[in-house]
Amino acid sequence: MARISGVDIPDNKRGEIGLTYIFGIGRSSAQSILTKAGIDWDKKVGEWTDEESNAIRSIINEEFKTEGVLKSEVQMNIKRLLDIGCYRGLRHRRGLPVRGQHTKNNARTRKGKRKTVANKKKATR
Amino acid sequence: MARSLKKGPYIDFRLENKIQAMNDSGKKSVIKTWSRRSMISPDFVGHTFAVHNGNKFIPVYVTENMVGHKLGEFAPTRNFRGHISKKDKGKR
Repeated sequence: MARISGVDIPDNKRGEIGLTYIFGIGRSSAQSILTKAGIDWDKKVGEWTDEESNAIRSIINEEFKTEGVLKSEVQMNIKRLLDIGCYRGLRHRRGLPVRGQHTKNNARTRKGKRKTVANKKKATR
Repeated sequence: MARSLKKGPYIDFRLENKIQAMNDSGKKSVIKTWSRRSMISPDFVGHTFAVHNGNKFIPVYVTENMVGHKLGEFAPTRNFRGHISKKDKGKR
């Protein structure tokens, strides 16, 4: 099992997919890492030699923000919006969609589970 | 879609001139403006704007972090206080 930037990568996956288990690395950056390290995309993670995984590790360390560092950066960006009191900050504060989506229906990802209002039907009589 | 970089940030011409004049003379006063669409430029830092929200003017003190946002982002146009409860409804 290869361990890269604090995350275990499953042995039975192809390198291109396995690297995406790291937060901050998706398909395209995984591909560019492997190309740079001169490893075949289709090579299974378990078949990487020590040198190969070290090469990957050094590329990620130098060029990518991953895991904790990236997560804290995202949090900092949100906190900045909250602090300056702009519209996007207010939406974050209320837990509503930030990018102008409608909220009459849906928007459940931001709003969370439905909160039923009791006797709503009668009130609109 | 983002604005073309070629054009540079949009700032209301009159607003920019007012800021220039204030920066040159070193005076500071609240600037009333309807120009919500103006980008906050670094020159604006430290000034207070009264930004119109369609109803009244909202005072906005510009800090360094706000540079690059638009003035309107700091003066919300809608004020949602929650739905009316059943009891309140009878009173109206």
